[in-house]
Amino acid sequence: MSRSLGRVAAGDTGREQRSPGEEDFRSYYGRRVLKEPVWEWLVPAYLFAGGLSAACAELAAGADLTRRPRLRKAARLGALGGLATSMYFLIADLGRPERFHHMLRVAKPSSPMSVGTWILVAYGPGVGVAAAAELLPARLRRRWPGKLIGALARPAGLASAAVAPGVASYTAVLLSHTAVPAWNEARDRLPFVFTGSAAAAGGGFGMVCTPVDEAEPARKLAAVGAVTELVTSRQLDERLGVVSEAYRTGKAHRLRQWSEYLTAGGALGSLLAGRSRAAAVTSGLALLAGSALQRFGIFEAGVQSTKDPKYVVVPQRRRVDRGEQA
Amino acid sequence: MGSNMAEAHPVGFQWVMEAKARGARVLHIDPRFTRTSALADKHVPLRAGSDIAFLGGVINHILSNDLDFREYVQAYTNAPFLVSEEFADTEDLDGLFSGYDPETGTYDTSTWQYENGLPEHSAEGDRHREQSAGEQHGSGGPKLESGTGIATDETLRHPRCVFQILKRHFSRYTPEMVERICGVSREDFLDVCRAWTSASGREHTAALVYSVGWTQHSMGAQYIRAGAIIQLLLGNIGRPGGGVLALRGHASIQGSTDIPTLYNLLPGYLPMPDARHAGKQDYVESIRGTHQKGYWHNADDYIVSLLKEYWGEAATAENDYCFGHLPRIDGDHGTYRTVMDMIDGKVFGYFLLGQNPAVGSAHGRLQRLGMANLDWLVVRDLTMIESAEFWRNAPEIETGEIAAERCRTEVFFFPAASHVEKEGTFTQTQRMLQWRDRAVEPRGDQRSELWFIYHLGRLLQRKVAGSTDDRDRPLQDLAWDYRTEGDGEFPEPSADDVLRRINGADLTTGELLDSYLQLRSDGTTAAGCWIYSGVYAGGVNRARNRTARTEQDETALEWGWAWPANRRVLYNRASADPQGRPWSERKKLVWWDAGRGEWTGHDVPDFPKNTPPGFEPEYGEAGPGALAGDDPFIMQADGKAWLFAPSGVVDGPLPTHYEPHESPMPNLLYGQQGSPARKVYARGDNPSNPAPPESGGEVFPFVFTAARLTEHHTAGGMSRQLAYLSELQPALFVEVSPQLAAERGLANLDWAHVVTSRAAVDARVMVTERMRPLRLDGRVVHQVWMPYHWGPSGKVDGDIVNDLLGVVLDPNTLIQESKVATCDIRPGRRPRGRELLEYLAEYRRRAGVTVETGTHVMTADTTASETAAPETTEPETTGRDTTAAPDTTDREEDA
Amino acid sequence: MTVSRESFYGPLDDVSGDAGYTEHPERVGFFTDTSVCIGCKACEVACKEWNLLPDDGFDLLGMSFDNTGELSANSWRHVAFIEQPAPLRESAAAREADAVDLGLPSFDLPGAGTGEETRTDFRWLMSSDVCKHCTHAGCLDVCPTGALFRTEFGTVVVQDDICNGCGYCVSGCPYGVIDRREGDGRAWKCTMCYDRLSDGMEPACAKACPTDSIQFGPLDELRERARQRVATLHERGVTEARLYGEDPNDGVGGDGAFFLLLDEPEVYGLPPDPVVPTRDAGSMWARAGVAAAAFAAAAVSVFFGRSSR
Repeated sequence: MSRSLGRVAAGDTGREQRSPGEEDFRSYYGRRVLKEPVWEWLVPAYLFAGGLSAACAELAAGADLTRRPRLRKAARLGALGGLATSMYFLIADLGRPERFHHMLRVAKPSSPMSVGTWILVAYGPGVGVAAAAELLPARLRRRWPGKLIGALARPAGLASAAVAPGVASYTAVLLSHTAVPAWNEARDRLPFVFTGSAAAAGGGFGMVCTPVDEAEPARKLAAVGAVTELVTSRQLDERLGVVSEAYRTGKAHRLRQWSEYLTAGGALGSLLAGRSRAAAVTSGLALLAGSALQRFGIFEAGVQSTKDPKYVVVPQRRRVDRGEQA
Repeated sequence: MGSNMAEAHPVGFQWVMEAKARGARVLHIDPRFTRTSALADKHVPLRAGSDIAFLGGVINHILSNDLDFREYVQAYTNAPFLVSEEFADTEDLDGLFSGYDPETGTYDTSTWQYENGLPEHSAEGDRHREQSAGEQHGSGGPKLESGTGIATDETLRHPRCVFQILKRHFSRYTPEMVERICGVSREDFLDVCRAWTSASGREHTAALVYSVGWTQHSMGAQYIRAGAIIQLLLGNIGRPGGGVLALRGHASIQGSTDIPTLYNLLPGYLPMPDARHAGKQDYVESIRGTHQKGYWHNADDYIVSLLKEYWGEAATAENDYCFGHLPRIDGDHGTYRTVMDMIDGKVFGYFLLGQNPAVGSAHGRLQRLGMANLDWLVVRDLTMIESAEFWRNAPEIETGEIAAERCRTEVFFFPAASHVEKEGTFTQTQRMLQWRDRAVEPRGDQRSELWFIYHLGRLLQRKVAGSTDDRDRPLQDLAWDYRTEGDGEFPEPSADDVLRRINGADLTTGELLDSYLQLRSDGTTAAGCWIYSGVYAGGVNRARNRTARTEQDETALEWGWAWPANRRVLYNRASADPQGRPWSERKKLVWWDAGRGEWTGHDVPDFPKNTPPGFEPEYGEAGPGALAGDDPFIMQADGKAWLFAPSGVVDGPLPTHYEPHESPMPNLLYGQQGSPARKVYARGDNPSNPAPPESGGEVFPFVFTAARLTEHHTAGGMSRQLAYLSELQPALFVEVSPQLAAERGLANLDWAHVVTSRAAVDARVMVTERMRPLRLDGRVVHQVWMPYHWGPSGKVDGDIVNDLLGVVLDPNTLIQESKVATCDIRPGRRPRGRELLEYLAEYRRRAGVTVETGTHVMTADTTASETAAPETTEPETTGRDTTAAPDTTDREEDA
Repeated sequence: MTVSRESFYGPLDDVSGDAGYTEHPERVGFFTDTSVCIGCKACEVACKEWNLLPDDGFDLLGMSFDNTGELSANSWRHVAFIEQPAPLRESAAAREADAVDLGLPSFDLPGAGTGEETRTDFRWLMSSDVCKHCTHAGCLDVCPTGALFRTEFGTVVVQDDICNGCGYCVSGCPYGVIDRREGDGRAWKCTMCYDRLSDGMEPACAKACPTDSIQFGPLDELRERARQRVATLHERGVTEARLYGEDPNDGVGGDGAFFLLLDEPEVYGLPPDPVVPTRDAGSMWARAGVAAAAFAAAAVSVFFGRSSR
């Protein structure tokens, strides 16, 4: 049977005619091969909130050790707030939220979600104790539980800071460890995009919530994170072969373009934010928004890459035709 | 051919796939590329309604190239028999046979007899004119006075021998003609010929499978005759791997013709008595010839045993075994005639048992209008089908033709038990009875048909118990005493007991019979259906035999029970040569064991057990004793298979290509356009689309055909209520070729509507390469196909496709021509309400359709060739495209 | 809490053993021979009847006779229908006929039809798709609750009382098989009739298949039978016949349900070269580790250096 037969969309009399220059491939009536992720906006929101929390935990620990109490307080609360919202998003996205604790039945190294669950289990208590110390009303600090919390705050904060890099980076594996082409093909770069994005968000948060005189580490973290994110994010657009198209087009592209503008703007702003609180707040908000849009953009690219069979068929077909082992 | 086996009989199709796996070549010749075509080695599309032209071409190919299995043909068919000098062929009469009466549109078959034919033919011809049913003749074929002593020419050279008549009749059915009529290329046609003829002879056989794609034509019986002639010429009947296999429409349709739900038959294909039969003897004489061969000669045994089963003790020799109690027929009482009589106010009540004519019968509108004009209607079905709800959801509600509040019909709905909720037998396509156990108890008020009929009879009998009116005697005398199971006023009758009664018993001993050979006409035996005698042989329910195929040989005699006498291949004497030896080792089935002096083999021999191959009967002998040792066709009056049918087929002794009632094509072979004996009804509520030579046919330019899908069951009563089936084919669609779609502006999944002079039907468009335009005689003809499973009730609904069809019938079977018509197709949805009626009226005006359109059936010009003697007429080598002026005689079918 | 330790990639002789079963029956599977599929969809119906699945809606899809569309949480068998059009014949007569025909009588020379339109190379492929029960199952690997598990028969099954509907398996499957059910929230897919297997019966779809297109049995036997079938078809000139999912060296370690196809897999809606995401688990975690370290290093470094306080 000639290969030219039904070369476009098998079973369909030429409805999937593509313009010249586009990838030539066959499919079943142009339908998707993979299922779209069932996750909704809650999951990218979780990715953002989790990253924010992790970066805040780092800032909080540093601020604690370098005696920047206002940065410490803001960061500890940011870490808890980020964690709490991320947990909410995570559970709300379940098909059966009342069964969220089933995650704790097993520990599976093969499942990044299981690994992530245990990372969060390790991470959460420290963040909680450290934040509790900040929130404790003065009258309670005298009593022994208050004293205990106060004493535990630093070790707890340091412990959570030790786990935080895991929190910031595991989500990249969470997405990449799927059959979703845009995420899977990005597996080498996504951890850097995500940690960069987390750092930018955490730094931005520090800039927004902390007076400029204590916020220098936040500004630095924001700048480093933003640059990392900007550089590695561009690679998604260019270096993933056919799959890059999912990042470069449509809604994913628009989200990530705005993300780039905001992140770049926020990064530039952070250089000026040492003098102006207003500039710091503006830049910080831009960085936060940029980080969030990045997560939504990457999520969207993944969804798109499952809707169009091209992203599945073309790379795999090439591999087969070249006789490459998978 | 005419079968979509993979889709309509998927379970049986596994054996075709198995044969294919073993190296068989599967050819599918059908208008559409179906799921059967997809699995076949080759698909040959042809125009719907042109099959006889194709088959005639194959016959001509066989005869012109001497490819017949000559030894078989000479010995086992009527090829050498001479036909009466009075016979004239379609070659002589422009498409008519001798004996045609243009006044009545029927044939007097007396000129079709063998040379030594004896009287009484004219009487038979008369009867046909009224009843028009080949099935009148039952399984034994029609009566023939002559048995032994028919004039023959063993050399097959006599111009009046059947072989030569056949040759001449089909001589113009050339590959070129097939191409022009059917749209099949010469290459494809010859490829089929090669494949078919190579599966012939001692070592090879071919099986021919058909279904309702053949029967539902105005000459459906002749389609099958044509297929049978090929199979006989190739020696493929009565042999393993051969046969003409009719796939029945659904479960136990075979059973419902064996023990018939047909008005003109009694069980076992005994004809229903006629109003002019004086008594039993007169009846028996009229259905068998005094001198005819074979087992049909014993008809008296069968009818008396049946009467003893019906009326038991009351049936005695003195009262003619209550023969007078049987109802008599005096004309056409078929389903379509009955529906027209309903409309005309001549029928008052109607029982529907497992039938949904509002959707499933041709001309659904006629059906619904008929049902709306009754006093009462009883519907027994699994669910509330359209035929029970027509008074509130028929399409005629929308057009105002039926108003629920004014509809006079009182409808009684009885929920029926399904096949898994009751026990009994199914008789399938191979005539095999298979017993079914009850799997679950019926729910609620659901009851079996057996329960319903038994208690209805019981209550009626009770009602007339005290009557002195003679008319109630048949009911009073009826032996209605079946065993029942359970308590209460309405216990379930025993299906097992019914099967025992059908099998029959020796009334002197009470023992169950082992075979129909034990039946007697002296009142000492009773049997409800003589051909089923033996199903309870030895007191064992053989229908319940379930030995796995892995535990027995390929004939599988231990699975179920096939009538007659558990024979799996009918006429299997033909699997051995005239000397009684298998034709070949590879194809051996039944043979003569000289040592033991009997027939033996893998199957039950279908021949008198001890009649040796060389036996010659005395002249004038009759019945089974008159069968010669080489007369395998033991139910035929002459012991031979009929290439030429001297009687029994009312529309011609040989199949002839006529165009369907509605066709875009003129008949290229004869001036006679359509079947001259088809039953047409000139009624305002049954209009026809014009066909040549009438004008106006271009208004309905496309060939329409309808069929089933695997996913649904016939009129949908068993499938549209089920989500798992409905989701698989959720909506009515119409299949068109990409070319037709482009021509008419139809887009995939959009709405379109199909129009005939009867109705317009909405459907979603399915554009597919599986439909393709045919090039016919220099023009392109498009075919349009629709599945017909939808109606207004159920989980998925849609318009009723059968509304598109009119009522035109095969005169032999009274089966409607529902596999081919003409139509138009337009994009968008049809008009609704009153506007629909105006829309259809406008179509009829444009096409010039009147009440008389299509009812002038004779179009042949017999004047030109009437003078030519049959012997001297050379076969013509070119077709005739022109036709004579239409005959203006009115058919007197309806006043 | 249990910790599973299955191998992630590559050929695997004993999947059930790898999953921790010490004694277990032979690995079983499906061989779906699409060359004898008649598209009757009995498999779809039998599956739904046995497993009491909900219907999937009454939508006409206009894709030949396929109104199911794809495997889903509610349809665990899906029969694909592929109509492959013949290449356009470059016969002038045919083109003209197609172009000018108006459906009205157009009298050319009698017998001008030369059979050019006759189509001999058109075909209609049908194939019953099902969960592949992979040797290395993406869905099973990523399931964080243990709801998905490897049975003693080597098949992959979701426990509906454990699944919390996280949806990770949906994205983890390289074949797009498993899905979350609307209104139910849990993930569902073919169980290869685990309950029937436990009672020594074959799965409902295989039982219902009239032409033995769906064959059930020990996987090793099926693979041998499939190879013979391909050889037979090749002998008969059906050179396009090929096996899909049969090779233990493929990206998922071979499928428990594999197919004989008559065209490229993507024509049937199957991925040409699926790979279980777990193959790259090691490298992904390594990259994440580097990124995490960089993140930590950055976090530490920002507190050093010039202070503007």
